[in-house]
Amino acid sequence: MEHMISLFVRSIFVDNMIFAFFLGMCSYLAVSKTVKTAFGLGIAVTFVLLVTVPVDYALQTYILGPDALVKGVDLTFLAFILFIAVIAGIVQLVEMIVERFSPSLYASLGIFLPLIAVNCAIMGASLFMQQRVTMEPTNAQFIGGFGDAIAYALGSGIGWLLAIVGLAAIREKMAYTDVPKPLQGLGITFITVGLMALAFMCFSGLNI
Amino acid sequence: MSKLFSEENKAAFSNPLNLNNPIAVQVLGICSALAVTSQLKPAIVMGLSVTVITAFSNVIISLIRKSIPNRIRIIVQLVVVATLVTIVSQLLKAYVYDVSVQLSVYVGLIITNCILMGRLEAFAMQNKPWPSLLDGIGNGLGYAWVLVVVGFVRELFGFGTLFGYNVIPQFVYDAGYTNNGMMVMPAMSLIIVGCVIWAHRAYNKES
Repeated sequence: MEHMISLFVRSIFVDNMIFAFFLGMCSYLAVSKTVKTAFGLGIAVTFVLLVTVPVDYALQTYILGPDALVKGVDLTFLAFILFIAVIAGIVQLVEMIVERFSPSLYASLGIFLPLIAVNCAIMGASLFMQQRVTMEPTNAQFIGGFGDAIAYALGSGIGWLLAIVGLAAIREKMAYTDVPKPLQGLGITFITVGLMALAFMCFSGLNI
Repeated sequence: MSKLFSEENKAAFSNPLNLNNPIAVQVLGICSALAVTSQLKPAIVMGLSVTVITAFSNVIISLIRKSIPNRIRIIVQLVVVATLVTIVSQLLKAYVYDVSVQLSVYVGLIITNCILMGRLEAFAMQNKPWPSLLDGIGNGLGYAWVLVVVGFVRELFGFGTLFGYNVIPQFVYDAGYTNNGMMVMPAMSLIIVGCVIWAHRAYNKES
């Protein structure tokens, strides 16, 4: 339990998807113009992460890992194809379920849901999970069960949400500032994210 | 032969290098560009891997473009890309193991690199294999040069080395110069890419 809480908090602040690993950068930069849409995308990413990471964890432990399926066979090299297929399938499924049971949520997530299939944050979380499964159990980043996988997925999603809403708020204010012409738009956004990442570095020693 | 290097094909190759650069102008494939550039060597390996994968996936998709059903084209594209990435990742593990450890998950993340999907959707689905190959190589190299610039700046100022060799002479250190540890931090790559975009846009506006 302690390990799960620590994993959760660490993946929000220390191993933040955006500021420490730059995952999901493309949509992060493209959809952070207003807080409202940024929040919608953040929720969608968290949601999909919560479903895909535990499923990929099950795949990794029961099918892909060394000696998991057949004794002496290591299928880890198949992970890329299998993970991306699972992610694409689950995104489609989540989209259909949300559309059926909560049309209002579906309308507010809009085009973001299908786009998430190629968001590197989702694939990245699964690949990091695969890396962490093989770590020493004493390591603060170790993932050793479904609980850990869910805590990690939720923390990563919330960290991503926090980062995109923060950037969107700054960009809304920045619309009124006088930025040099060639730096406008993308250039200044990059530098802003860089400064935000520097600020998040103060969490790096955090330990629970 | 002249048809192979017509104006159109040349443009498909050279546009992404500068005017339509995937990173500086279209802002695609940023994740890996930021994460692997703390040193020059992984940056170059990553740039080459992406070039190879973009070129081959463009050719393969272009060859089978007429037989892909429109509804499931994304899945087909993903499978082709994922297969190529698996091959490249195994090759990297076999021949340059230390670099592949440094690149860690970012090799796998080439699958979700937006440059690839963008080129497949926008170019390979409508064009013949040869222009697609040129377009793929052009985009890969356009991506690679930005990585090399960022990797060069970060390794030079962060470690005082290039490709792992010391390039800043000892007397400069004796005179009180120190390596800037902040360059090694992930945050600085964002700021340097921001500056590259700034310079690129300022330059292209003049010409």
